[in-house]
Amino acid sequence: MASGILVVINQEGGRVRRVGFEMLSLAQKLAPGQVTALTFGDGAEQSKDSLGQYGADQVVFLSGSAYHHYSSDGFADAVVKVVEGVDPESLFFPATAWGKDLAPRVAGLLGAGLASDCTEVYRRDDGRLGAVRPIYAGKAFARVAIDSPRQVYSIRPNIQPVAETQRAAAVLAIDPGLDASQFQARVVAVKESQGEQLELTEADIIVSGGRGVKAPENFKVLEDLASALGAAMGSSRPVADEGWVPHSYHIGQTGKVVSPTVYFAVGISGAIQHLAGISGSKYIVAINSDPDAPIFKAANYGIVGDLFKVVPALAEEVRHIKQDA
Amino acid sequence: MKILVLVKQVPDTATKIRLNPGDTAIQTDGIKWVINPYDEFAIEECLRLKEKAGGEVVVLSLGPSRVEEAIRQALAMGADRAIHVMTDAVIDSQVAARALAKVAQEEGYDLIVTGKQAVDDDQAQVGALVAVELGLPQVTVVIELNVDVESRRIRAERELEGASEIVELPMPAVITAQRGLNEPRYPTLPNIMKAKKKEVKSVPLDSLGVDTTPWVRVEELTLPPERPAAKILTGEPEEAAKELARLLHEEAKVI
Repeated sequence: MASGILVVINQEGGRVRRVGFEMLSLAQKLAPGQVTALTFGDGAEQSKDSLGQYGADQVVFLSGSAYHHYSSDGFADAVVKVVEGVDPESLFFPATAWGKDLAPRVAGLLGAGLASDCTEVYRRDDGRLGAVRPIYAGKAFARVAIDSPRQVYSIRPNIQPVAETQRAAAVLAIDPGLDASQFQARVVAVKESQGEQLELTEADIIVSGGRGVKAPENFKVLEDLASALGAAMGSSRPVADEGWVPHSYHIGQTGKVVSPTVYFAVGISGAIQHLAGISGSKYIVAINSDPDAPIFKAANYGIVGDLFKVVPALAEEVRHIKQDA
Repeated sequence: MKILVLVKQVPDTATKIRLNPGDTAIQTDGIKWVINPYDEFAIEECLRLKEKAGGEVVVLSLGPSRVEEAIRQALAMGADRAIHVMTDAVIDSQVAARALAKVAQEEGYDLIVTGKQAVDDDQAQVGALVAVELGLPQVTVVIELNVDVESRRIRAERELEGASEIVELPMPAVITAQRGLNEPRYPTLPNIMKAKKKEVKSVPLDSLGVDTTPWVRVEELTLPPERPAAKILTGEPEEAAKELARLLHEEAKVI
């Protein structure tokens, strides 16, 4: 009988994104002693210790030449082969661009139901897994059950705690017997974005600007606060549409959905689509000159005032606090 | 080139979600229904491909009779005709994908394009699931698309976290569109008039002979917890900023 959880993880040169550890920790909590991690590509073996540390009981490395470059169809076929070997009850994927490309493909091949972008996966009274996932970008939450024999979940980053376990993962040798020449869609190049931009969906603190910032060059003021805080930069939709900032900054129902510890909304009035995208934030701080802006109703802390005076003062204050710490 | 574009009708993103206790679906009375925003990018991209390479753009939609409004809008943007899979049933992504794939198979295609996700259930599955059903390769979350009709090869740029990747694949394939791919056109008045006369074929879901049992079942919907009333600071900017930093440091303990 199928049991345990197969956690499918992306790694680069042995480096695993934090969401990988978050998934392993969650899996170890739900299926103690029955967690298999699967990673792909060059350097996969180098991730063995860290995978064990965060909850993998066994690991499968697919690191042959076939897995040098990502292929949605090729990797999905490989995951299915591993599933045949491991026979897990459930599969976890990260709800990242990589995982959200791969998970539905695998679910389709397995004939298994998939719940995307889960913020909670738990053990139900009947022994099966259940999940909670945001819908309408977080305007509501759905508690879902998957009725297929095997179940697939993609897990939203930045929600689950990580727990170190100090186990030494056993290596499980599985060769899917696939050749890259069989793969159809193939990644031929990766374009890294300019600079050390922190990723919004994984950020602990986000500083985000809206129309109140008034001009593209004024985003410098926010960047300074972000750098004081070690925060990622985001924006409302209108300023991304205007081209003041790249599209990748746009947070909201038709942009990124974020769940940082602190979200600074600066000069953002708080349209319902934007509020949906930030509803997973632990704390929301609003800085706006309009005391009636809807953002204040969604915020934990607010300053009514001129952002061009407040934000630099705040950046300075943050630097003071960090210096004293 | 024959392009199928999968279009879903969803509540406008300005919709405030209302629930009654025990609901497994949102209250829909008074809702304004629109084309899923990501599907608009898909439609636009199909129209541009057709303008370059010739051929036909066929809209495939699934849902109750109200969906025809979204279909007419896609036709007004410039799509040639449409197929509406009719159902009032509660289904999941896999049932939708099976039904749409079945229609696609009967219809024939060179390319299938849809949005990267629908902004109602946010599952982001149908594109990939249709690809699996039809045995096609996929590229999702596409921000730039180049189709070489001659060689039948696609080169697409897809968005990652803080990066992007270039994917090459053969046609036919499934593409899912991300914001940034293009700027969707607005229907012109003459095109809105023309759209009224375009063919919309209605096909009952039950007539397709696909399994319509959903695997993923919603047990309960809830609204996010209310935040406690905000602490609002006014007064001199420097003083307010100082007090805010203190609160974040000492009270919330987050900086």
